[in-house]
This record gives sequence, C-alpha cells and structure tokens, in this order.
Amino acid sequence: MITLSSLISLLQTALPLEGEQGGGLSYSFLQHYWCFVVALLGAILVFLLFVQGANSVAGSLGQTEQGRRLIYNSTGRKWEFTFTTLVTFGGAFFASYPLFYSTSFGGAYWLWMLILFTFVVQAVSYEFQNKIGNFLGPKTFQFCLTLNGILGPLLLGGAVATFFEGSNFIVEKGNLLALPALTGEGSGEGLPVISHWANASHGLDALLNPWVLVFGFAVVFLARTLGILYVMNNIDDEDIRSRGSVRLIGSAVPFVILFVAYLVHLLMKDGYAYDPATGIIFMEPYKYLHNLLDMWYLLVILLIGVVLVLYGIAIEIFGRSTSQRSTFNSQLNKGIWPAGIGTVLTVLALLLCSAWNNTAYYPSTADLQSSLTMQNSCSSEFTLRTMFYVSLLVPFVLAYIVYAWRAIDRKKLTREELDESSHAY
Amino acid sequence: MNSLLSAIDWARAQFALTAIYHWLFVPLTLGLGLIMSIMETKYYRTGDTFWRKTAQFWQRLFGINFAMGIATGIILEFEFGTNWSNYSWFVGDIFGAPLAIEGIVAFFMESTFVAVMYFGWEKVSRGFHLASTWLTWLGATISAWWILVANSWMQYPVGCEFNPDTMRNEMTSFLDVALSPFAIDKFCHTVISSWIVGAVFVVAVSGWYLLKRREAEREMSLKSLRIAAIVGLIASVLAAATGHKSAQTVAAVQPMKLAAMEALYDGGTGQGLKVIEGIEVPYALSFMATNDFNGYVPGINDILKGYTRADGTVEPSAKEKMERGRIAIDTLAAYRQAKAEGANEATLNAQLSTLNTNMPYFGYGFIKDESELVPPVAVNFWAFRVMVGFGSLFILFFAYLLFISWKQKKTLSPLPRDGESLTSFENSAQQPPSITGGVGGESFYPNWLLWLAIILVPCAYICSESGWLVAEFGRQPWTIQDMLPVGASVSDIGASAVATTFWLFLVLFTTMLAVEINIMLKQIKKGEPFPARGE
Repeated sequence: MITLSSLISLLQTALPLEGEQGGGLSYSFLQHYWCFVVALLGAILVFLLFVQGANSVAGSLGQTEQGRRLIYNSTGRKWEFTFTTLVTFGGAFFASYPLFYSTSFGGAYWLWMLILFTFVVQAVSYEFQNKIGNFLGPKTFQFCLTLNGILGPLLLGGAVATFFEGSNFIVEKGNLLALPALTGEGSGEGLPVISHWANASHGLDALLNPWVLVFGFAVVFLARTLGILYVMNNIDDEDIRSRGSVRLIGSAVPFVILFVAYLVHLLMKDGYAYDPATGIIFMEPYKYLHNLLDMWYLLVILLIGVVLVLYGIAIEIFGRSTSQRSTFNSQLNKGIWPAGIGTVLTVLALLLCSAWNNTAYYPSTADLQSSLTMQNSCSSEFTLRTMFYVSLLVPFVLAYIVYAWRAIDRKKLTREELDESSHAY
Repeated sequence: MNSLLSAIDWARAQFALTAIYHWLFVPLTLGLGLIMSIMETKYYRTGDTFWRKTAQFWQRLFGINFAMGIATGIILEFEFGTNWSNYSWFVGDIFGAPLAIEGIVAFFMESTFVAVMYFGWEKVSRGFHLASTWLTWLGATISAWWILVANSWMQYPVGCEFNPDTMRNEMTSFLDVALSPFAIDKFCHTVISSWIVGAVFVVAVSGWYLLKRREAEREMSLKSLRIAAIVGLIASVLAAATGHKSAQTVAAVQPMKLAAMEALYDGGTGQGLKVIEGIEVPYALSFMATNDFNGYVPGINDILKGYTRADGTVEPSAKEKMERGRIAIDTLAAYRQAKAEGANEATLNAQLSTLNTNMPYFGYGFIKDESELVPPVAVNFWAFRVMVGFGSLFILFFAYLLFISWKQKKTLSPLPRDGESLTSFENSAQQPPSITGGVGGESFYPNWLLWLAIILVPCAYICSESGWLVAEFGRQPWTIQDMLPVGASVSDIGASAVATTFWLFLVLFTTMLAVEINIMLKQIKKGEPFPARGE
C-alpha cells in the first residue's frame, strides 16, 4: 500500500547524491515516476482530444461552410499538439514499459491499426481540404476529420478501458528460445514470439465488452464537450457560440451519465492486484476503490478534477451573462480552462489508480499471470534513470508550448482573419 | 514454412512501404526548411517585404509537404510494436529511449513552432516569427538525429549487454548509443543529402517560372535559385565526403553489406571499385574501405567461410557462428530451467560463462541456412550506384549553376539590391539579361539547364531513397546486426492480416500522394503575385 508518507520517503531516497554512481534514484521510484509521466501524457492527450471532439460536431456547430471553416481553422491551429502528444505517449511508453508496448501493439493489432488509420487521414485533412488541386473534394477530408473525431476518442478510450477490464493476451518469454522445427512435418511452424493474442480478433474483441464501449463513448462525449467549450471561446462568432451552448448540453449530459456509470462500475469491480514480493497476480474485490482509499491524494485529485470539469461546463452554460462574467477572473470564466485542467487531473488519477499500489495495469483475461505490472514490464534501472534526466526537459517544453499557444490565441479567430491570413485551411 | 515466411515477408514489406513513403517527404522538410529559413532571415535583416513574400511562398509549399510527412510518420512510430513486437521487447530497453526523446525534444518543437510559422505572421514580432521558422527546421533536424541514432543502433548495436534473467538486452551506456560513430556518420550524410533534395526542388520550381516567363515571379525565382544553388553545391560536396566516411564505417562493422554493395563474392587486397560490371576503378574499393590502396576487403564467400582480418584476428565462418548461436540459445534455455528448479550457484555460473562466450552469435542461432546471411546483392549493388551516380551529377549540376550565376553577376547587370526595382534596368545603358533566350541577348540560364533542373527532381528522390535501400537491404537478414534476425523479430500476426494492412496503406498513401502532388503542382502554377518594385 502506498501512503503519502511512503511516497515522500521514495522521493527523499530519489534525490541524486553527488558522487554516488547512479545517484539516489531507486528503481521503485523510477518505475512510479515513469508511470506518472506516461499517465500525465495520457491525461494531456485526453484533454487535447478537444480537437477531435470539435471536428466531430463541426457540421452541426458550424452549419454553414464559413462556419465549418472557422471551426476547422480553430482546431487546425492545435491539431498537431494532439498528434504529437499521442506519438510521444507511445514513445514514452515504449521507452519505460517496453513489454506493454510490444504486447499491446503486437497483440491488439487491429485496434491500434484502426486508431492509427484515423490519425493518418487527419494529418493531411486540414492542409488538403480547401486547396486547389484536391481532386477528392473538401467533403472527403472533412469526412476524414469527422471520422477521426469520433473513432479516435472512442478507440483510445476503449484502449484505456482495457487497463481495467483486461485483454486477451499471453506472455511467455521462453518462446524466444523455441526454434521452429527445421525439417519434417510441421517444419517452420511456430514463431519465437514472446507474446500473442489469445484469439484471432487481435484487439477487436475488446469492443465486445460493454464496459469498454461505455468508457469509450464517455471519452467521445467528453472530447465533444471540450471541443465545444474550446471553439466557443476561441472563435469570435455569435452564431457558433449560441449553437455551442445548445450542443454543449447534448454532449455534456451523456458524458456525465456514461462517466458516472463507469466510475461506479470501476469502484465496485474486482481488480488485478499483485504481490510485490513474489510477483503473483490475483483478483482483489473492490481493488480500485481500495486504491483510491489507500492513495487518498489520488482520490482528492480525482474529485477536484471532476468538480472542475463540471464547473467548466456549468459556467459556460449558465454563466454567460455579462454580470456573471465580470465577477470572475477573465481566464477562469472560460469554461475550457477549468474543464481542461479538470480532465487532466481526473484522467491522471484514474490512470495512476490502474497501476500504482501493486496493481496490474495491463491485465490479461486469458492468463492471469501474464498480466503486466510496473515491476515485470518496465525498462532497466539504467534506462529509466537516463530517461529521468531527459524528462527534466519537459517543463521547458511545456513552457514554450504555453508561450506559443498564447501568442497564437492572443486574439479570437474571426471570419476576417481567415480571409486575410496567408495560411488558412 | 511457407506461412512463417509469408508473415515475416509481409511485415518486412509493410515496413519498407511505410518507410519509403515517409522518406518521400522528410528530405524536402529538412532541405526546404533550411532554404526558407535563410530567406526569412534576409527579410528580418533587410525589412524588405520581397523576402517576406518569398519566404511565405516557399512556406506554403513546405506546408503541403510537411502534412504528408506527419501522416506517414505516425505509423512508423507504432509499427515497431504492431509488427515487430519481439524486437520491441528484446531491444526496447535501448531502442525505446531515442524514440521517446525524439517525441519530447523534437516533435513538440516542430509542432509548436510550425503553428507560429503558419499563423503568426500578424500576431508575433518579426524576431519571434523568424525564430519559430528556424525552430521548426531545427525540430525536424533533431527528430532526424534521434531516429537515426535508433536506426544506427540497429546496424551497430553498442552500449548494451544481454540480461539472461530478463531475457532482453539492456542499455549500459547512453552516450555510446547516442554518439555512436555510426550514428554521427549516418546523421550527417542523411541530413545533408536531404538539403540536396530541397535545393533541387527550389531550383526546379524557380526554373519553371523562368521557362514560362512568369514576370511576377521572376525576381523571386532568380534570387531563390541562387540561394538554392549555393545550398545545393555545399550539400552535394559534403554528402560525398560524409558518404565516404559512412562507407568506411560500414566496411568496419558491416562487411557483408559492403560486399553486397559491390557484388564482391571473392575479396582480397587491392580491390577495385566497380562502376558497373566490367568497368572498375583499380584499388578504389580497398582505399574507400580501409584508406589503404592495398587494404583487405572480404567478399561474400570469404565472410561465409571465415577469414583473417588485417589485424590478424579471425572472423569465424558462418557455420561456426550458427553453431555457437544455437549453443547460446540452448544454454539460455537450460539456464532458465536450472534457475527455475533452484540449481546451485556453481551450475548457474558455468551456464552463464558458456552463454557469455557464445552470446555475440546469439542471433545466428535462429539462422537455418547460411544463404540467409547474404543480403539481396542486386538491390544493394544497383541502389548504391544510383545513389553515387546521381550524387556526383548533383555536384556538377550545382557547380555549373553557380558558375552561370557568378558569370551573370560579374559580366552583366547585377540583380537589384534589396529595395531596388528590377525595372530600373530599362533606363540603364546595360540591358537586363534575357532569362530564357528571349530577345536581346544570350540567356544566362540556358533552357536546357532549367529543364534539367526539373528532370532532376524525381532523380533527387530516387537518389535519396536508394541510399535507404542500401542501408536497410544491406542489413538483411538482421533487424539488429548479428543479434536478432527478422525471423525472430516479428509479432504473432497472421500473414493475411499483415497483407491486408499492407494493401490498405498502399492504397491510402498512394491516394494521398497523388492528391499532394496535384495540390503542389497547382500551387506552383498559381505562383505568388509579387508586386512590381515601388508599388
């Protein structure tokens, strides 16, 4: 059980000591730290799915061609952040937990390929849609943006849900040494692959689990909610804002219902625990509820996150009158910021809940002992320590992102800017 | 056996397809990124709006290409996991780090500042915008660094050791990985050769405007052409130098690749360099590989049979390596079994000793026949010649282009300085030179040279891709040189599944490429309406 005091102890032992080879960063601290970094990237990714969310409602929110173009140009100034965060999330997972990377991507092949296909088409859709020479027509690429806008969050949400629901894979490292038979009957059969999916669906079977779909659609509606909030505050257009207020309710209500349903299910369900001394994995009733109670600070973060999300939605729906706007700080009055910060905190808490406190974060429903934990799937101590020092660059990266973001969004986007801009989609 | 090979071959085909498509766009990002940054720097220094419009024009073309680079790149990041999961586990402790650093340091830099570059002209200061343009290019270049570090490690695995308890290779020195001589050579050669692609592109587009007598774009074309010619010549010469260095590194650590590049079956001392079959430059191969005209260069058969190196050490035969590889695999299995059964320390240490002795040949234990150790010779041989042939042509091309530009500057009216009007020549005693053999004088950029520039655009891409064919086909059958062959690296995905995604990617990427080319050509045709000076 990780208590706050043990977490502080870990931090104290993690401080690098001058002259000591390798510093004072313990392996356990590094495993938890990198789990935190990956979870944070995942949480930021979910927030940045507002790009996908806005694109998925661009048709109804924009109504006219000009309106849709405004929305695509608004999200078009941010889409690369989402894309890059997704890629970096994958890279960071590979570097810190290579067994997850190989097992999940190599096993849930179709699920990941579908996700990647939607992002591949998104990448060119902004640039190509309205360019002369686009012989596929703007509607083709707008369809691609909509497809990515729905499938991206749905499937990514579904993939995250498998951290709690389990997946159908088996890991056996000894397979590496099982050479295919060279001659005779059955020669050449069998691959020396250490992990494989237990059925031919290669990941699509996850979508048959209703709770995976519940969480996936919760992420879809969250992305839409965030997207509408973002667009309402980034675009200076009264039509879009007034339609946004109505559409916001249509997205926020299903999100809240689905999220609460999943959260209740999560807290009531059995979870995948492991004994750190032996590595044996076992089922524990109410595991995730126990995790939140044992790691009460995660519970606090989760609650703050949820409150902020609801607050962000509420002030946008109910607090748009002039008198209320003057009451609050001008930044806080924009629903996207509390909702966005709340999203990051909520998802962060959930992801850490899936992995900390001796929890198998990538459980196997085919073979319980194949489940992945921080301990049995992480990189070596040397690699985690090396990457720790690299991660110290992250605050600088975040700082210049914030700086550039503010520079671009200094003024709200208008129809006039689109007409005058040297680079508009 | 057939289904096993099919699954592996489809995985290889898919990676080759996605990598080749990605490499159609990255060189132009790197090369055109450099050139447009130079142009915007001229705007920053002079304040002349001509350079701003010029930089914006090239940035528009940059943006069309950049989007495709991103679209084709994301699949590669995850393809190591989807199709090569065994590889991802076996070496992920080392290989994952450069990919993560690439994302954290490079991708965020690119994606952040490209947005400022596109949308920030009216929103940020000139200095911040210039910095953003340079940082976009720098981000792309740093990205190239880290992915080439990763690829170089596949060719020359250093800074790691095998851990029998975790069944994987683990990093022991980050600096050995990040600053491997192979990585440095590869980075320099690959990035510099990308500048050639950018330069050829700019020269070709500029040349087209000149050929079509597009008056609105004439000054932009002339000035862009000169900048591109300078970049192109420097890059061509440096690419030759770095290529020579790379070949020497390959000779040292991947002798089979060098032998395949030369279709050299029986090596020896004083080896000549084949231009094509039947035409040879005496002693040149020995010099290229060893800096010694009489240096020993092993051939394919020598490597398979075993040979003695110049320093007296012996390279074992393929048969011996395969035997020792199987010993390593069997010993590792026995060690794991013994440990699980609680064997004593002496037994385990003895097994570890045997394992360590034979571990350098672990990958050979998966090889069934020594013929698998020979990469596709024809592909390597011709791809290398295509690359070097075009590379040499580019040196001549850019040199001649610059010569013409210099002659025009020295003997004819100079181009207007920044701020001056091109039409001021109409009143001067010296008439402006005809651009393309028009009335009034000899052309200083002859038509044939400008048409050649256009023809050289696909040649530049073929040259660039050929380099990768040499690098990656020459590495076969290894995903990690000597450590893990392709047969032991793949995911457990059926051939039909991989074949399906292969065809889907082929259709998708080809369609996107066709749209991109059409958009690019239309954008070039539309041009940039530069106002006449003084307007």
